Amino acid sequence: MNRARLVRIIGTYGVLIALAALVLFGYLRYDRFLSYYNVMTLLRYNSMFALVALGMCFVIMTGGIDLSVGSVAALGSVASALASPYGIVPGLAAGIGAGLVAGLINGVLVTRANLMPFIATLATMQAASGSALLLAGNQTVSVSYESGFTAIGQGSLWTFPIPTTIAVVAYLIGSLVLNYTGTGRAVLAIGGGEDASRLMGLRTDRVKFLVYVASGGLAGLAGVILASQFGAGQPIEGVGWELFAIAGVVVGGTLLTGGSGSVVTTLAGVLLLGILFNVLNFENGMGWISLSAYWQSVIRGLFLLTVVLLQARLTRRRVGAL
Amino acid sequence: MTRPPDGPSPLLLDMRDIQKRFAGIPALVDASLSVRSGEVHALIGQNGAGKSTLIKVLTGYHRKDAGQVLFEGKPFEVHSPHQAQVNGISTIYQEINLVPLRSVTENICLGREKRRYGLLDWNAMHAEAERLLSRFSIGIDVRRPLGEFNTATQQMVAIARAIGFSARLVIMDEPTSSLDEREVGALFSVIRQLKAEGVSLIFVSHKLDELYEVCDQVTIMRDGRTVRSAAMEEIGKLELVAAMLGRDVAAVEGHATAFGERDRSRIGHMMFSARGLRAGQAVRDVSFNLRRGEIAGFAGLLGAGRTETARLVFGADRANAGEMTMEGAAYNPQSPADGIVAGMGFCTEDRKSEGIVPEMTVAENLTLALLPKISRNGVLDEQRQREVVERFIRELGIKCSGPHQKVRELSGGNQQKVLLARWLAMNPKLLILDEPTRGIDVGAKGEIQRLIRGLADQGLGVLMISSELEEIIEGADRIFVLRDGVSVTELQAADANEEKVLTAMAHGASASSEAAA
Repeated sequence: MNRARLVRIIGTYGVLIALAALVLFGYLRYDRFLSYYNVMTLLRYNSMFALVALGMCFVIMTGGIDLSVGSVAALGSVASALASPYGIVPGLAAGIGAGLVAGLINGVLVTRANLMPFIATLATMQAASGSALLLAGNQTVSVSYESGFTAIGQGSLWTFPIPTTIAVVAYLIGSLVLNYTGTGRAVLAIGGGEDASRLMGLRTDRVKFLVYVASGGLAGLAGVILASQFGAGQPIEGVGWELFAIAGVVVGGTLLTGGSGSVVTTLAGVLLLGILFNVLNFENGMGWISLSAYWQSVIRGLFLLTVVLLQARLTRRRVGAL
Repeated sequence: MTRPPDGPSPLLLDMRDIQKRFAGIPALVDASLSVRSGEVHALIGQNGAGKSTLIKVLTGYHRKDAGQVLFEGKPFEVHSPHQAQVNGISTIYQEINLVPLRSVTENICLGREKRRYGLLDWNAMHAEAERLLSRFSIGIDVRRPLGEFNTATQQMVAIARAIGFSARLVIMDEPTSSLDEREVGALFSVIRQLKAEGVSLIFVSHKLDELYEVCDQVTIMRDGRTVRSAAMEEIGKLELVAAMLGRDVAAVEGHATAFGERDRSRIGHMMFSARGLRAGQAVRDVSFNLRRGEIAGFAGLLGAGRTETARLVFGADRANAGEMTMEGAAYNPQSPADGIVAGMGFCTEDRKSEGIVPEMTVAENLTLALLPKISRNGVLDEQRQREVVERFIRELGIKCSGPHQKVRELSGGNQQKVLLARWLAMNPKLLILDEPTRGIDVGAKGEIQRLIRGLADQGLGVLMISSELEEIIEGADRIFVLRDGVSVTELQAADANEEKVLTAMAHGASASSEAAA
């Protein structure tokens, strides 16, 4: 039936439709919503979250979770800020390296020690946060403005923000890996049935390990952008990033239990949440009503719930139950 | 592969004196298995005899404690199913171990993806999946998630996956338990092709006729030991069953099932009736009825609409048209809750995903649906729970270490009993049993059948769906044959025989219903 097909398409790409609707709403209601400045600022700022959500998306597709991404990003920002006087490459290497180490630890804890991902990454989250504060000496660490390090977060390629370019490239690679490599398909298979995947001869532990390492590395990269964009390594930043990333992934239609998901719609999910922030700020700017941060939070929560409920309704028939 | 023209082909696999314990409890005591090249080797034994454990030792899922494995003459030591696959051993497990959320193609091709420029070549993989399935004359959209297809198709996908690996040894652990006769026929012809190509097969099945049809050699296991190994033509069916059960030949003679003769005078008044049920494509026009204390059998090929009809009766799905009455009153269930209130119980076909909760204990599983009744002010009355649980463990003969053993650890037959007990504890008037003995060993099967009969004798109305013909013919008091969603024939037990039921399943039988076509 065409109707069933239509419902499925809406279910899968619902987030894209919601995104388009929100953009249209903003465009019609606020004069400068689609101005060059607003769009570029929005894209630049949300690139970090997009990178973190990309890693989270892969972890969630295996049926796991990575709670450590926020504090790993903070750790990455401190590490890269400390390395920034030596140039762009050392700055990048330090931040990503710190993230990879954290991801490696997560991977070992989950696949070798057989810890639940929730617990393993909760522990790493605490440890990474502490390490960031120790490394930074309990204060923000200014980055070097002479070495060119700030270009990563503040620069533009032609007119496109560099962090956004990085995010777009990362998503392209992510999408390629997920859809066109055996490892990518194994990620989904493991989330859909780990024991079955193992019996099918897939190297489940290896794939899970890789996914946590990737998530850590991407969080570290987000940390580099954070430090570069705001001019300082920020040991206490990153709080709640993991939840934002999870929200983005889920709004993007990826099953929280794993086994089904998409990289492209995750990006759309992150953008949707980012644009919602932006819209609420514009609304305040119009001066008719004044939404406190608290009310904004409530509205974001309700919005998230609405999107997820709509998706659940549309895709419910996918998995039959008695 | 070249073979010597005369004499037996060389040994491909030689497993000797394999031992394996789980938490101190021996699963394999002294198991041996030798398979020659190009041979179809039956591995049989009751549930718990150690067949699956032996296979999982071979495929590297479990590590053996002692013993020796030679494969192609060389010591064989693998530590993961992946290594076994790489070494030419491909396995289809008893429970379908695939990923329902992923596409058919992925389920078939994962682990040996086709690549082009280093990236997955989806077109080639879809084509490969279609090619493998076409060997079984299955033409489905391989891009759709596997979970959208029925159990039989999923099983065929699992088989297609296994043979796609061009293995030296293919292991099939009860591959036919969810297949209909046509599909079994397709499977057997593929097995013969593989055999002709020099591939060896280990075939685990509880269906004896199948073993005689395709197997050359048989190894019989009991209580973790290999008790006998022989050429198939040298051993009779009765002898086989006796060796499996460890009993005398004389003790197992007689009926194929354990239902026994029924005193039909005890069947009571009309309890339930359904007329002209229709729902979607699967159920088009089904009418039947059921008396108190009667066992009504639903016969039909897979896809005939048996399970779908049962779901309508129970309220799991809603009918588009038709009427139902229960105890004289109109009955129109909107949900399983309505069905339960009206006195229905439903043991589903798929124990694993719709029935038991494997991680919960026997007691918890048994009283899951009963909780409101054995709770006081929302708090579980443990004393009453214990009474109920102990009663059913005793009455149904559930073999477990106690009420607090996890159901996961029980054999298939005992899991089924727990499921039965759960519904019986609700005190239903009408119990629907969908494939009640599927995947259960011979001994436990007989127990379940006797149990069903005993329940009917006590006045319970039973609607039994079964793909095993003898179970329907010997067990049911009346047989309703379904074909393509239409109830085509009703047969009384007295004049039902295999031929009549098969004819109705295949052709739609009686002259009166042929006019509709």
